[in-house]
Amino acid sequence: MSQIETPEPQLYAKREPIFPRRVKGRFRNLKWWIMGVTLAIYYITPWLRWDRGPNLPDQAVLVDLANRRFFMFWIEIWPQEFYFVAGLLIMAGLGLFLFTSALGRVWCGYACPQTVWTDLFILVERWIEGDRNARVRLWNDRWSLRKWRLRLFKWAVWLLIAVATGGAWVFYFADAPTLLADMLAGQAALVAYISVAVLTATTFFFGGFFREQICIYACPWPRIQAAMMDEDTLTVAYRDWRGEPRGKLRTIDNADQGDCIDCMACVNVCPMGIDIRNGQQMECITCALCIDACDEVMDRIDKPRGLIGYLAATDEAAERAGTPPRKVWKHIFRPRTVAYTLIWGAIGLGLLVALFIRSDIDVSVAQIRNPVSVVLSDGAVRNAYDVRLKNMQGEARTFRISIDTDDVLRLSIEGSEGLSVVVPPDSTYNQRMYITARPQDAAASTARTALRLWVEDVQSGDRAYADSAFNGRVQ
Amino acid sequence: MARKPEKKPDVGTTGHEWDGIEELNNPLPRWWLWSFYATIVWALLYTVAYPAWPLISGATPGVLGYSSRAELAADIAAFDAENAPLEARLVSLELDQIADDPEVGNFARAGGAAVFRTVCAQCHGAGAGGAPGFPNLLDDDWLWGGDLNAIYTTIKNGIRDEADPDARFSQMPAFGEFLTRDEIRALTQHVLNISGQENDSTLAATGAELFADNCASCHGSAGTGDREQGAPNLTDAIWLWGNTPEAIATTITNARFGVMPSWQSRLTEAQIRQVAVFVHQQGGGE
Repeated sequence: MSQIETPEPQLYAKREPIFPRRVKGRFRNLKWWIMGVTLAIYYITPWLRWDRGPNLPDQAVLVDLANRRFFMFWIEIWPQEFYFVAGLLIMAGLGLFLFTSALGRVWCGYACPQTVWTDLFILVERWIEGDRNARVRLWNDRWSLRKWRLRLFKWAVWLLIAVATGGAWVFYFADAPTLLADMLAGQAALVAYISVAVLTATTFFFGGFFREQICIYACPWPRIQAAMMDEDTLTVAYRDWRGEPRGKLRTIDNADQGDCIDCMACVNVCPMGIDIRNGQQMECITCALCIDACDEVMDRIDKPRGLIGYLAATDEAAERAGTPPRKVWKHIFRPRTVAYTLIWGAIGLGLLVALFIRSDIDVSVAQIRNPVSVVLSDGAVRNAYDVRLKNMQGEARTFRISIDTDDVLRLSIEGSEGLSVVVPPDSTYNQRMYITARPQDAAASTARTALRLWVEDVQSGDRAYADSAFNGRVQ
Repeated sequence: MARKPEKKPDVGTTGHEWDGIEELNNPLPRWWLWSFYATIVWALLYTVAYPAWPLISGATPGVLGYSSRAELAADIAAFDAENAPLEARLVSLELDQIADDPEVGNFARAGGAAVFRTVCAQCHGAGAGGAPGFPNLLDDDWLWGGDLNAIYTTIKNGIRDEADPDARFSQMPAFGEFLTRDEIRALTQHVLNISGQENDSTLAATGAELFADNCASCHGSAGTGDREQGAPNLTDAIWLWGNTPEAIATTITNARFGVMPSWQSRLTEAQIRQVAVFVHQQGGGE
């Protein structure tokens, strides 16, 4: 009696090393372009200058945490306007839904930072250690002087890229040229060095060693994105009705054999280490490198391209029967994608409108409640208020304050004869203000009189208001 | 194919057995154990390096000599050193120039607010609104004057502080000792009259004569008061001890005096100036 030993299923499998082979083709070219453009945007943006006048930072995109401002070209966002950022995040989310429902995990395959930097790291690896076969050989080799040299050199270049990545990130939070000079001189804030160190470490390990493990184990998006896809979504798939049964390429045409010659090109180029011929898999990031690899082989053996291609589940039956698939635009324009686009556009439009109608004056009034009111020697009743004025422009402005009530109330401003206040550029200004009711005024003996405080820019006439109240002396 | 093994992996038992239940020998993972030992070592080193073990008075000081109190003292010293030039400027300026210098002015107001809440708020209220017997500092009525210098002097020397020869003293006799009840009632009606309140005109006329004889020397013939003597204005709408006939009669009968300590022994010159600027800025300053 023999019992077959079956290993207990493990929660995590040991990582199988993956050595993606170089590939050429249209999707690979597209990926190069997207990599170049996204990396360029990431590295260059903090260095763009934008003249905002003498008192404001000259950096085009700056998250100024110390002064609680977010600058983006001509737009300046104050903390209370954070809904702009929230709106952009919602738009980014909806955009992801839109692309995913139309084209599957294209974000993962082309634009995700993890993919972009892994791709860059693999490029370095190939440049130093050679293509797939050389890398496999080196992996299996014993540790010799040559292996050490190649490995150390590779790690050094990776580290350099990783440092540059971490460095570029902190430049979004401070004036880039100043920060770079300070960092080189060892005078920058500790938090800058820590940020660079943390981002360097994560980039180095995620891009160099973890790679596809991030996508499979660490990233929540694959699970969420799967919910965005349906049977009309175009994803990378293997046309098994054309390829099977697979077999070695024979010189004499064999009618029983499919187009797949089992050359493993699609498997060898896959950065996720999967075999697309096994069907749609969770690990697939639809980067389409297998399409390029297979097309190249099909060209060489004089077979039509497209053994692996972008394919929707709804077309499968038709394709099996030999009829051509539906047009690509029919897959893309569906109620679902149209709905996503409409919501996306509506939010974008809303943000644009909000951007143009937002006021660059902001006023808030806090009534002083300790004490609620003060009686003056002539019997008048006086209330005090803290008026908070925000000037969201790059130059100092003079604001005139006035009140709006049915009653005759007198307004005065602490430390100033008139009723105007000069607010420094791009700042919040706190001004103590008094409202007085004469003894004969109704407000003096009314518990509460509502009033509206108006603030007007003396030059431009822009106005803003805040509501408050006057507390009379009640006996 | 992946089916559950029927038997637990054979790791042996620890040899313990209770009612037929045996304990499998599954020791803690090595990394866990070493982390645990490391925390013990860490804890021991920590109690040696830092204050830890409670003694009868205090605790073991620790070999690193760390003390949060010393850290606080160092922080305070650092802030004081940073503020020292501002304080020097505050003391060197004339009182009415302080507000014109934005830096020193802000320093004075902020510091004054802190000192006020510490030593003044108990009587005058956190918002400086006062209470019966304790003047409201926000209104425009001042017993001893409301300009910066007068406020400064009041804070520095106090009111009715026996220990300070420069302290301000107000004197009002307790008229209950030499006026009759009826006379006091008449005086009260006069005081109500000159402050524009409801009164008995016949009694008030009698009171006017009594006022001219007994009160006018300090409060003035019209009752408008005298800041030199700290005599309040009796014709306005502000009453330190209340404006009801009973309150006024009590004041005349017994006389009432406010007392404020002289602060120069407890506050520095800079602090006194800060409070003066702060009080002056609260809306009542002249």
